[in-house]
Amino acid sequence: MNKEQIKACGDELYNALTQKHTLKPLTERFDDISIEDAYHISLQMVERRVQAGAKIIGKKIGVTSKTVQNMLNVHQPDFGYLTHDMAYSQGEEMPISQKLIQPKAEGEIAFILKKDLIGPGITNADVLAATDCVIPCFEVVDSRIENWNIKIQDTVADNASCGLFVLGDKAVSPSKVDLSTCGMVVEKNGKIISTGAGAAALGSPVNCVTWLANTLGQFGIPLKAGEVILSGSLVPLEPVTAGDFMSVSIGGIGNASVRFV
Amino acid sequence: MGNLNKQQIENLAEHLENAELQAHDVTKITDEFPDMTYEDAFDIQWEIRRRKEARGNKIVGMKMGLTSWAKMAQMGVEHPCYGFLADYFSIPDGGEIKHDELIHPKVEAELAFVTKAPLQGPGIHIGDVLRATDFVMPAVEIIDSRYRDFKFDLKSVIADNSSSSRFVAGGNMAKPEDLDLKNLGVVMEINGEVVQLGAGAAVLGHPASSVAMLANMLAERGEHIPAGTFIMIGAITAAVSVKKGDNFTVRYQGLGTVSGKFV
Repeated sequence: MNKEQIKACGDELYNALTQKHTLKPLTERFDDISIEDAYHISLQMVERRVQAGAKIIGKKIGVTSKTVQNMLNVHQPDFGYLTHDMAYSQGEEMPISQKLIQPKAEGEIAFILKKDLIGPGITNADVLAATDCVIPCFEVVDSRIENWNIKIQDTVADNASCGLFVLGDKAVSPSKVDLSTCGMVVEKNGKIISTGAGAAALGSPVNCVTWLANTLGQFGIPLKAGEVILSGSLVPLEPVTAGDFMSVSIGGIGNASVRFV
Repeated sequence: MGNLNKQQIENLAEHLENAELQAHDVTKITDEFPDMTYEDAFDIQWEIRRRKEARGNKIVGMKMGLTSWAKMAQMGVEHPCYGFLADYFSIPDGGEIKHDELIHPKVEAELAFVTKAPLQGPGIHIGDVLRATDFVMPAVEIIDSRYRDFKFDLKSVIADNSSSSRFVAGGNMAKPEDLDLKNLGVVMEINGEVVQLGAGAAVLGHPASSVAMLANMLAERGEHIPAGTFIMIGAITAAVSVKKGDNFTVRYQGLGTVSGKFV
């Protein structure tokens, strides 16, 4: 794709986000769209958000489970940017009917960094040493592509299908929890709907953050101290609508809950 | 109330136990006896247990089956069941399981409770279970339905000792008050690849609920769980088929690992 096409796609996606409408998959319109093109589109989309006053507060990692990788026929994760207006607090109402198009919730572990991580060459030891704490998190993903009919390039261009997220109010040092075996229980409207464990995301959520640091490092982009890194879902995505209440608990870490309005 | 007579119960127990001991499959028994009741099904299971004890086998524990939503959906049944564990079912951690002795084994990640006080139903709840629990251990069950293609209904599987065949208990133990049993994570790997994941809540919302249900189901037959009983709570994950040469490792949050190999 050429520069004009990339810019135009980024603008279209930004408009779809702010005006809450969906687009035809980019992969149907551009046969030759590469994953790298898609990241450039995503950069344009996030640049528009920053111009409108949003502050980047972290990154999210997606496509970390084997099921989703097989569905999209890719064998690597993807990432997107988190802005301050995506973040909600424990117990707060999340206005999905006002802000999102076709939301789905997923339980994750958020990493809060206390040191910069600059790839390549980052190992899990570096990630653990640079992590201040881990926090339970609900990410509510959304797609600006109609009916979630996405290929990997579509979701990458669409800022890794970022929507909104809520962080719990319990922070735990990574030295206090086994991030690979920690269990996750997700409840929706009082019913347990899924369980999982840390290893669901690339074998360990730590592997995901390491992958991100090394991938961004190739483009000279660091993970910065203070950033929030959402490490990838440990359970299947769950569609949500206004009126739903969900909670997630993670063994050895804590809970996060969210009421959708 | 039962609809089968004593002779039919004994014949069916022999039929199903022979299938287990000779490692061959059979059609589900409700095909031939559509009128059999749950009481008949448990009578057959208890008759198999009596046959083993008469032969000198020791009963070393109990198990719950079909306790997770994943398993109930996988098998198309709507209620859990129980079975017993005989001495020769036990395989040491890291040990070998002879695939030829089984029909079509599947591996399940579980936990085991060991009691220090009797549990007498009805009316047992999870508070009673936690108070009566001496410790919790990681455990893996190898199930092996004697029914062709693992196809059965709830009555048939109860009669077949709830597909019990082998189990492996891990070497760690923990007091229930030191574990977050609802959120306790498990990761199952076959030949080094992660194939199943889950947390304790997958078993009836909390692992201790499974033990409470066992006590209450046993009470329907005037039985109880004595102190010192080893109880497997049922699968946290879906069951995974294995073939000769496969090895498994299940990792438990805070309870180490349990492994084994099929030879």
